[in-house]
Amino acid sequence: MTDIQTPHSHLDLETHEKPFLDANELVINMGPQHPATHGVLRVILRLDGEKVLGLECVIGYLHRGVEKIGEHRTYTMFNPYVDRMDYVAAVSNGLGYCETVEKLLHVEAPPRAQHVRVILTELNRIASHQLWLGTHALDIGAITPLFYTFRDREEILKIYEKYCGARLTTHAFRIGGLQYETYTGFEKEVKNFLDFFRPKIDEYEELLTTNRIWVERTKGVGIISAEDCIAYGVTGPVLRASGVKWDLRKAQPYANYKNFDFEIPIGENGDTYDRYLVRMAEMRQSVRIIEQALAALPEGPIMAKVPKVMKPPVGEVYHSIEAPKGELGYFIVSDGSTQPYRVRVRPPSFVNLQALDEMCRGELVADVIAVIGTLDIVLGEVDR
Amino acid sequence: MIAKLKGMYGSGIDPLTYAGQNHMMVDSSLIPEILQVLRNEEQFDYCVDITALHYPQREKQFDVIWVLYSFPRNERIRVKTQIADGATLPSSVPIWIGANWLEREVYDMFGIKFDGHPDMKRILLPDGWKGHPLRKDYGILQQDNEWVQINLGIESGQ
Repeated sequence: MTDIQTPHSHLDLETHEKPFLDANELVINMGPQHPATHGVLRVILRLDGEKVLGLECVIGYLHRGVEKIGEHRTYTMFNPYVDRMDYVAAVSNGLGYCETVEKLLHVEAPPRAQHVRVILTELNRIASHQLWLGTHALDIGAITPLFYTFRDREEILKIYEKYCGARLTTHAFRIGGLQYETYTGFEKEVKNFLDFFRPKIDEYEELLTTNRIWVERTKGVGIISAEDCIAYGVTGPVLRASGVKWDLRKAQPYANYKNFDFEIPIGENGDTYDRYLVRMAEMRQSVRIIEQALAALPEGPIMAKVPKVMKPPVGEVYHSIEAPKGELGYFIVSDGSTQPYRVRVRPPSFVNLQALDEMCRGELVADVIAVIGTLDIVLGEVDR
Repeated sequence: MIAKLKGMYGSGIDPLTYAGQNHMMVDSSLIPEILQVLRNEEQFDYCVDITALHYPQREKQFDVIWVLYSFPRNERIRVKTQIADGATLPSSVPIWIGANWLEREVYDMFGIKFDGHPDMKRILLPDGWKGHPLRKDYGILQQDNEWVQINLGIESGQ
């Protein structure tokens, strides 16, 4: 693709204290084809011995021009494309997009559709966190959690497959509600999954929470303060692990999250270990939300009245949801035609990744792997 | 708050609301000051997004949009300004450090430069790329002719 770039200004200008080891400064390249970068992320590291003095991310290897494609498709046709951004949390992507277009159209999905949406989205949050946990632990050297989490994630994917025929890029929602009514036995199967899954979280925690190697590799690693998080625009579990009690599901409720009772888990130290604890607690909260949504699942229509050919009135809307990785925003401008004038996606991974430099500075090379893992990025979403 | 700003800056600000969301059109000369005021006095401490819109028929071809959020107020606002092709805007990296990559993406996709940005270069596309894809006059087949054929040695990526 590009020529090899030499490291840029902000890396060179850095003044730093005395050399950590009596070694020359070293610039090394990591990725893009590297198993621990979770996709095609290239990182240029400037090192003093094992210590990271600074780094630069090179991204864009997976760029598909999603926003440009959006301008050449109708609102309905663009819907499946959003699943391909954060492909491990496709349902969340779809929810954000559908709700944004619904705002442009001034319609609202009926209550039953809202409930089913919440159930599927929270299942997706669990699936996303499971995948994160498995791969993150694998990066740091714990192989077993990967098998546990993938085994259990399979059960969620089976529910998706039964519901809409797809496992990952589900295209589960439609603008205005849902295309499919839930299948016979949906409620029972989700409930069975919750009963099955609740003790599994304890199992994961047994493997890791007090595991000495895990604790040594994660405690005090990649610390980011709450102020820095806000300055960088970092959201999601990373922000919460730094002690900011902020979750869009509570701060600016969308779908029908305001009807459900749940807590926002937060951490104290903003290190990799706290981010792990926050995500584990979030899975428990998701289970709580799904339980409540199942218990109160109303009968009724699943689709609001929306025109077959959608021509939203001229206007623009920014709407964002709490995706598993942070604030996922859509900014859609309508010029009154069948195609959006502009679709802008504000991906959480892209913005969160920016803080990597800040989080890795002063750490060791091996910790860079831990920090990339703990940020929980998906390159499909970073590059779009 | 918007009324207060309107009182301070008069005709330079045009407050608007659509679908319950506030945004304001701001004259581009006022942008650095307004962003500074929003950050420091109105507590908009989180720069959610920076993006742009292209209207090729207009004299001032671009809308640049800042989506801001305030943690203390739990409130969002969008600031919007119009600039001509080739005109630059001051970088907001000194105000929100997270604006860095967002501004780079705007440059990459629209060709709008930000003065004082620490590292103004492309971010998603390769450095040798020609043109800025999210401009409306950038044809969707252009990259086929200018990139795919030359660099990948295949006839068409479409």
